[in-house]
Amino acid sequence: MSIEIKTATLEPIRHTYEHTKRRFGDKPASRYQEASYDIAPEQNFHYRPTWQPDKELFDQSRTAVVMDDWNVHKDPRQYYYGTYVQARAKLQEVTESNYAFFDKRGFADRMPEEVRQKIIRCMVPLRHAELGANMNNMFCFSYGTATVVNQGFLYHSMDRLGIAQYLSRVGLLLDGNSTESLAAAKEFWMSDPVWQGMRRYIENVLCLEDWFEVFIAQNVVLDTLVYDLIYRQFDEKITEEGGSDLAMLIEFMQEWHKDSSRWVDATLKTTVGESEHNRETIRRWVADWQEKAVADLAPLAEIAVGDDAMNACVEVLNKRLAKAGL
Amino acid sequence: MTAKKLNMKEKYSLLTRDLDWEYSYRDYKEIFPQEEFEGIKITDWSKWEDPFRLTMDAYWKYQAEKEKKLYAILDAFAQNNGQQNVTDARYINAIKLFLTGISPGEHQAAMGFGHVGRQLGGVGARVACQMQAIDELRHVQTQIHAMSHYNKFFDGFQDFSHMHDRVWYLSVPKSFFDDARTAGPFEYMVAIGFSFEYVLTNLLFVPFMSGAAYNGDMATVTFGFSAQSDEARHMTLGLEIIKFLLEQHPDNVPIVQRWINKWFWRGTRMLALVAMMMDYMLPNKVMSWQEAWEVYFEEAGSSLFKDLARYGIEMPAYAKTAIAEKEHVSHQAWSIFYNYGHAAAFHTWMPTEKEMDWLSEKYPNTFDKYYRPRFEKWREMEAAGERFYNPTLPMLCQTCQIPMGFTDMEDPTATFYRQSEYDGERYNFCSDGCKDIFDYEPEKYVQAWLPVHQIYQGNCGGAEMEDVLGDYYKINLGVDNMDFHGSPDEERWNAWHNLPSAEDKLKQAS
Repeated sequence: MSIEIKTATLEPIRHTYEHTKRRFGDKPASRYQEASYDIAPEQNFHYRPTWQPDKELFDQSRTAVVMDDWNVHKDPRQYYYGTYVQARAKLQEVTESNYAFFDKRGFADRMPEEVRQKIIRCMVPLRHAELGANMNNMFCFSYGTATVVNQGFLYHSMDRLGIAQYLSRVGLLLDGNSTESLAAAKEFWMSDPVWQGMRRYIENVLCLEDWFEVFIAQNVVLDTLVYDLIYRQFDEKITEEGGSDLAMLIEFMQEWHKDSSRWVDATLKTTVGESEHNRETIRRWVADWQEKAVADLAPLAEIAVGDDAMNACVEVLNKRLAKAGL
Repeated sequence: MTAKKLNMKEKYSLLTRDLDWEYSYRDYKEIFPQEEFEGIKITDWSKWEDPFRLTMDAYWKYQAEKEKKLYAILDAFAQNNGQQNVTDARYINAIKLFLTGISPGEHQAAMGFGHVGRQLGGVGARVACQMQAIDELRHVQTQIHAMSHYNKFFDGFQDFSHMHDRVWYLSVPKSFFDDARTAGPFEYMVAIGFSFEYVLTNLLFVPFMSGAAYNGDMATVTFGFSAQSDEARHMTLGLEIIKFLLEQHPDNVPIVQRWINKWFWRGTRMLALVAMMMDYMLPNKVMSWQEAWEVYFEEAGSSLFKDLARYGIEMPAYAKTAIAEKEHVSHQAWSIFYNYGHAAAFHTWMPTEKEMDWLSEKYPNTFDKYYRPRFEKWREMEAAGERFYNPTLPMLCQTCQIPMGFTDMEDPTATFYRQSEYDGERYNFCSDGCKDIFDYEPEKYVQAWLPVHQIYQGNCGGAEMEDVLGDYYKINLGVDNMDFHGSPDEERWNAWHNLPSAEDKLKQAS
């Protein structure tokens, strides 16, 4: 037998907001739908930006790709603010306990010195690259048109800041808070020839004006290559070399990358699928940036993993592009 | 190896400031192209004092806890039909005004802080702005969710986003945020970060949330409490930006002073909507608008500006006018909305006898003298079945976009009126503040999308009021608008509470 509490039922006069109803039909809508679709202003803007007088606020011409309706996008994770922070809070809880365990057991001390140095040279400098990714995604957020697309960039941007902070903490765990590893990593980022290609790449992306091109250059091309190189191949390599405890420190990045890739793939696929014009525009951007990225990352790939590393990364990227219809 | 201890400040600095680097492949100016054109001089971004030290892991953790609690209460509110427990269905109109007028502003603020969170050259300032950007997105989304249940039982919430782009009085907050977002990054920070979030927040955000608390609106007040710690962060950022700009270079002082003048006045005009909400739309009153203004602007504001005096910053120009208006503005704004009650997406009404007495008591110098007679007349007309609606379209102020209904504080019976000429055209203003804002940047304000002009130019659905209000604004005529008495909202409310319907009351009276 089940118990049944009687509540007064009142007949609602409508199931959801009208703009949600127009898009999804007259039925109760999800919180994701109500918070994400058709809430950005679309017309009757009062003034042109003094910093860009040839455009309006929310101007669709801030990118060369064209969507009949930007609100056809969907984040497969259905993140709005609430679901986003709760998903990240779960991940950070695991990470926090990993880092505490690593610290308490003194795992940094049992790492072979050359492994420790290799992590400082090949991985910790990424904290700077992550700040670049943070800025690039914030750029996409602030220049996009529809909230359902933009909010993904805002979450992604904050994620990248979080990762930059985790990478900094990895450095501090490895140097016992002396901050030497962070200073060394910055020196590598600024002048080690191995890192210069990547730094130049990021500085170039920071100067782009088309926000969708920024998305392609940063999130699609560079991140696919770097995350495969460092958080898969380098992780395996370091494990072989006796540094398997590193896995505890980069679980966040690995899990996060899986999660964010679902959104990156969906955003790419929907935009490519819209028209031949978009497909062609994006294909051209991908070709340009892929060529640069492969050349720029090659020195890092070689010292971090070895000769074939870059080819393996490119294979992952190509698979991903094919999935999106490129 | 024993790990050294890092203090909070050192650690936060390593986790934010130290992430930045000096660009060498591209120019700083290519990466931050918007930093100079406003004339603000930044000599050293490293002097930025972080207003709060929150790393992302802590942010996710705290905010997730807050969200979990908030949504648990929103769920319980919906499950128990908590909308029945507000003081009176008239109250709901205050939050209709909030969702259509203020929530889209939160969205604009998210975009604006995202923009400066990319464009400012200092990493400490950028990160603080980014956190505010995501908080503001939180606010618009949680507000939509908090009101979602009300939308299922009351009219006027349902097309808030569509209306915000079009409806005449919603162009007041929309143009306010458009103005800030189209300004350069530093002006944006002074406009929204300082003037709005620091100086005026207790007169905007807080009155709505207190109104909710006083009127049994569990959903909205829970949002308010949940957002409180976000707002506290935003206030510290607003104050830091001002201090930072003023300390960076003496040439910044006059620029910042001009922005404070402008945004104080812009904000004050927009607060007319809040003033009328507090005095007229809350069945259970928190305090009068005048009292709120005295506590939060005259007392708190004057001590703030005393603090800023050491930088050479003075009280905003027009503060005197704003202070004089505190005894009038809510009554005048409510009169405007009562006049145009057929063109609003919420209900208006005349105060009850008891409410009029409260207004007389709170406004001893003005209410009985200037406003009560008019309101009593309107009430008589309503009783005689001739509820007054003004069939004309009002002239709007070119800057604040409010109908020209505010009076001259020297002679409170005469409408205040100013004009400027620019490029052979005449423009109208409701105040010296609005005229001066226009005169300094006429090329910006001539662009304003003025709802009444647009109607006359045929850009709003057609020539008939039904075309504009119904088709273009998407107001459900006779349902969302007109007087509260006789509205479907009132009908439903009375049915829930077994109160006699308006029709029955009429029958009884006759």
